[in-house]
Amino acid sequence: MLGETGPEWTTEEVKTGTTIIAIEFAGGVVLGSDSRVSAGESVVNRVMNKLSPLHDRIYCALSGSAADAQTIAEIVNYQLDVHSIEIGEDPQVRSAATLVRNISYKYKEELSAHLIVAGWDRRDGGQVFATLNGLLTRQPFAIGGSGSSYIYGFVDAEYRKGMTKEECQQFVVNTLALAMNRDGSSGGVAYMVTIDEHSTEEKVILGNDLPTFFDQ
Amino acid sequence: MATLTVTRPPFGGFSFENSKRNAVLEGNASKMGFNLPPARKTGTTICGVVFKDGVVLGADTRATEGMVVADKNCSKIHYISPNIYCCGAGTAADTEMTTQIISSNLELHSLSTGRLPRVATANRMLKQMLFRYQGYIGAALVLGGVDCNGPHLYSIYPHGSTDKLPYVTMGSGSLAAMAVFEDRYKPDMEEEEAKQLVRDAIAAGIFNDLGSGSNIDLCVITKGKVDYIRPHDEANKKGVRTGDYKYKRGTTSVLSKVVTTLDLELVEESVQTMDTS
Repeated sequence: MLGETGPEWTTEEVKTGTTIIAIEFAGGVVLGSDSRVSAGESVVNRVMNKLSPLHDRIYCALSGSAADAQTIAEIVNYQLDVHSIEIGEDPQVRSAATLVRNISYKYKEELSAHLIVAGWDRRDGGQVFATLNGLLTRQPFAIGGSGSSYIYGFVDAEYRKGMTKEECQQFVVNTLALAMNRDGSSGGVAYMVTIDEHSTEEKVILGNDLPTFFDQ
Repeated sequence: MATLTVTRPPFGGFSFENSKRNAVLEGNASKMGFNLPPARKTGTTICGVVFKDGVVLGADTRATEGMVVADKNCSKIHYISPNIYCCGAGTAADTEMTTQIISSNLELHSLSTGRLPRVATANRMLKQMLFRYQGYIGAALVLGGVDCNGPHLYSIYPHGSTDKLPYVTMGSGSLAAMAVFEDRYKPDMEEEEAKQLVRDAIAAGIFNDLGSGSNIDLCVITKGKVDYIRPHDEANKKGVRTGDYKYKRGTTSVLSKVVTTLDLELVEESVQTMDTS
């Protein structure tokens, strides 16, 4: 008790805890995340935006170790910049996801971060890719982070093919609210990014504006 | 024909083999009955806040070695560039050297670009170095400064993650300091208000955390001006003794006095002046 060990984050690694989700609709994607960064039992940042831009129309959602995830996102951002200058046009979402996957796979023993890559490109429209543990798979929607365990049932039951942009946004917000309620490592505010052909729209939903469920 | 190699190809990066050796040495030393000296940590409360015209950085001044205060008045606010300063918590040597290395590289970079360095650049350099060492460099930093894009404040963790925020605290006293910030922070404060807020946050850390103590140092950075106030507040002045154990001359009476001169020969005389500059 007298030892000056201090708060946990002085010894613990900083993790993003997290709930992240990305979903595709006709013409674009919606990404969502919570904002809590924890180290042990301490919250070190309660407003972190875990939706990180890789390019104008490609974003990635960070989860796992904060340092590993931030570093991967920054490296891929740089590599995509070079790549898009080399090809002379906007990069494909699949290229961005492949770059992330290559790093995740090569250093899979050393890193502990999971990035979900989602965006819009001219060739295939809106796409969502999961890159967990170094695989690369395109999915209609993807969830990740410690809070995702609590919402697998919800997303499996509620997802329908062919949802509109507004329905997707509502789906994302509901999912995040449920996960943030149940997972100790997720919380704060909800960030949402909607990407389509014409624009990339970032939105913050404050804690008391989140949808409430039976126990509130 | 391709040859099959059984040996592991050499990896790039660092070898942490010596960590195992150090663990063995420590085990052997404790078997003999003595401990290796603990690394001097700064314990610490450091914090920073963005106000209307710039940033205010604050730090306590206690450096601890285990449970003993090694330095009552150490300086935890390090120079990075004329417009950027960095507070350091964690292992004292790591924060000192890391900030010096980045300060040196940033000066070269600034000469190469011909521009005043940006806080984001210092942040990138620090985080990339700390990530490379995978958390073994125990430096937790609060980086603040004013550049062409305005005032910026970053917190940088030992594993290499960073957060860009309007107010940050680090160190063993960070929870006490953050409590003060969460209560009283407002965006676009005036300079005096911001200085008072930082002073109170560090004071909370000093009085409620065993690893922090002594005085409060402040550094106010605005466009074109840096105010390094050391100390801003001597929160823990050494008290004055109320009693005196000295006895007055004549308390013990002299009964007799005998003087014997010693026969000494002067062999050599050399004078060495002390450098008091």
